[in-house]
Parts: sequence; C-alpha cells; structure tokens
Amino acid sequence: MTLVIYIAVMAGVTYFIRMIPFAAFRRQIKSRFFRSFLYYVPFAVLTAMTVPAIFYSTGSMTTAAFGTAVAVVLAYFDMPLIVVALAASAAAYAAGFVIPFFA
Amino acid sequence: MKSPFVRGLLDGVPIALGYLSVSFGFGILAVRSGLASLTAVIISAVNLTSAGQAAGIAIIAAGGSYLEMALTQLVINLRYGLMSISLSQKLDDTFNTPRRLLVAYGITDEIFAVASAQKGLLTARYMYGLISISTLGWCMGTFLGASAGALLPASLTNAMGIVLYAMFIAIVIPPAKKSRGVLAVAASAALCSMIFRYLVPQVTSGFAIILSAIIASVAGALIFPVAGEGEPEVESV
Repeated sequence: MTLVIYIAVMAGVTYFIRMIPFAAFRRQIKSRFFRSFLYYVPFAVLTAMTVPAIFYSTGSMTTAAFGTAVAVVLAYFDMPLIVVALAASAAAYAAGFVIPFFA
Repeated sequence: MKSPFVRGLLDGVPIALGYLSVSFGFGILAVRSGLASLTAVIISAVNLTSAGQAAGIAIIAAGGSYLEMALTQLVINLRYGLMSISLSQKLDDTFNTPRRLLVAYGITDEIFAVASAQKGLLTARYMYGLISISTLGWCMGTFLGASAGALLPASLTNAMGIVLYAMFIAIVIPPAKKSRGVLAVAASAALCSMIFRYLVPQVTSGFAIILSAIIASVAGALIFPVAGEGEPEVESV
C-alpha cells in the first residue's frame, strides 16, 4: 500500500509540473525579452545537463572524452542525431579496449 | 508526405534507443533496491523521467516521507516546467485542452529537445508519435534491465551511458554554429554548470541545471535578443 502511495506522489508531482504551464499558456507571449529567454532555454538546459555530466557518463573520463570528441565533430558536420549518438557510444566502447594498450 | 504521427515515431527512434540504454540502468537499480520488475516498469510508465525516478527509488528504499518524495520530485523535475512554457509557444491551433493534458505527460528533456528543434508549429499527432515510441523504449529498457541486467558486459552498458548526452550535443552544436546568441548561451550554461558542480557542490544537480539555464538564458535574452517575432513560425509539423 505504501508503495502505491509513493509511486502516486512521485508521478503526480512530476505530471503537474509538466501539465500546469503547458495547459495554462494559451497566447503567444508578446514580450521580446521573454520570447528571447524562452528561445534560449532549450540550448541552456541541454548544455547545463551535458557539461560536465557527460564526462562521468561511461565510468571512465578517458573513454567519455573520446566519445564526446566524436560527438562534437560529427555534430559540427550536421550529422543526424542517431548517428552522433551511436558513434559517440561506439567510440567510448572502442576506447575502452584500445586505451589499455597504451597506458 | 508522411503523416505527422509517423514522422513523430521516426523522430523518436533515436530517443527510444537512448532511453533503452538509460532505463536499462534504472531497471538494474530498481531491482537492486528491492523492487519487483513489474513495479519498476510501472514507475517508468507513470513518471517518464530518469533523474526523478532514480531519486524516487532511493527514497522508497530508505523509507523516506511522502513530503520528501514530493519535494525531491519537484526540485529535480522543475526544469520540465520551463520546457512546458517554452513548448506552449510552439503549439498549433488544434491543440485544445484534452490534447494538452495528454501531451504534457511526455515532456522530457529529449522529447522537448527534438520537439523544440522542429521548424514551425507542433501538432498533437506529431507529439503522440514522438512520445509513444519514446515511452515504449523507456519501459522496455526498464523491463530488460530489471530482468536481465547481469547478462550484458559492463564495458557495453558503460559505453551506452553517453548516448543521450551525445544526442544533446548534436542538438545544440548546429544552431550554435549559425547564431552567436545560441553559442554564447550554451557556453555560459556550461560554465555555470561547472561552477555549481565543482565550486558549489551543495547545490543539488536539479537546482544546478535550473539555475544555470536561467542565468544563461536571461543573459542571452538581454545581450542577444531574438529579432522581431522571435522564432519564425511558418508551417505546422
């Protein structure tokens, strides 16, 4: 029973955070400042989530750095999301095998 | 011309693949902290959030209070509120209240990222496609992780940890090449985030993300305001 309440509290809070602003904002926001702010939010949120967390994402800073470098280069050349994502993962995986030979 | 739902499904494939690997880890974690596989899948299905779920099962395992659970979810997931406001500006005219209530369920970092990178306005059907395949990946990964986590070698699961972050990079870099504003905002967000992480570690990661995003976006809006009508809104997707 307590488990059900825990999950309900968890899911309820998470849903309302998403739903209230989404349902409430009906009109286009006119303020140029606020529009600019909202335009930049996605880039700011994603970057703040990625740096520095990406360097801790594979359990080894070295393999993560390899994966990150591959992601940055491929993203710079406008590769599709899935290509960048899987190539970075493959690079981190490969680095995990190759690096011990040079260490 | 593909239907909006199918385009949503296709655009959601990288998200679903990324989710498979991340929620795989969540599944392992959930079973380790004493939950049944089915419970883990239910938690994934009703929450659809990585950091919040990881914190949630820790609170369940520790027997924390419901208030602690509510506050933790509020803080960690507050960023979704910002994303919801931002996305609410991109909805087409057919987005009525029931549709908004449905789609609100699926506003995650990755779905938000892909949706906000779309040119033009968003339709409910596009969002349904994007959200349903992502949710499927999230729940399947949880199930697989909860039931078979010990079978994959650690070298593979470790390397999969980078998938979602690499996708974020692929979303931010192309526009940052073209816009000094986006570049400046991304650079300041990264700087703030590092300052919080290494110099002010008392700030929890959820708050650090919110504060970094607000500081960088306010600075960007003041120094590089978006021209005229803001984002061009031409065609619906």
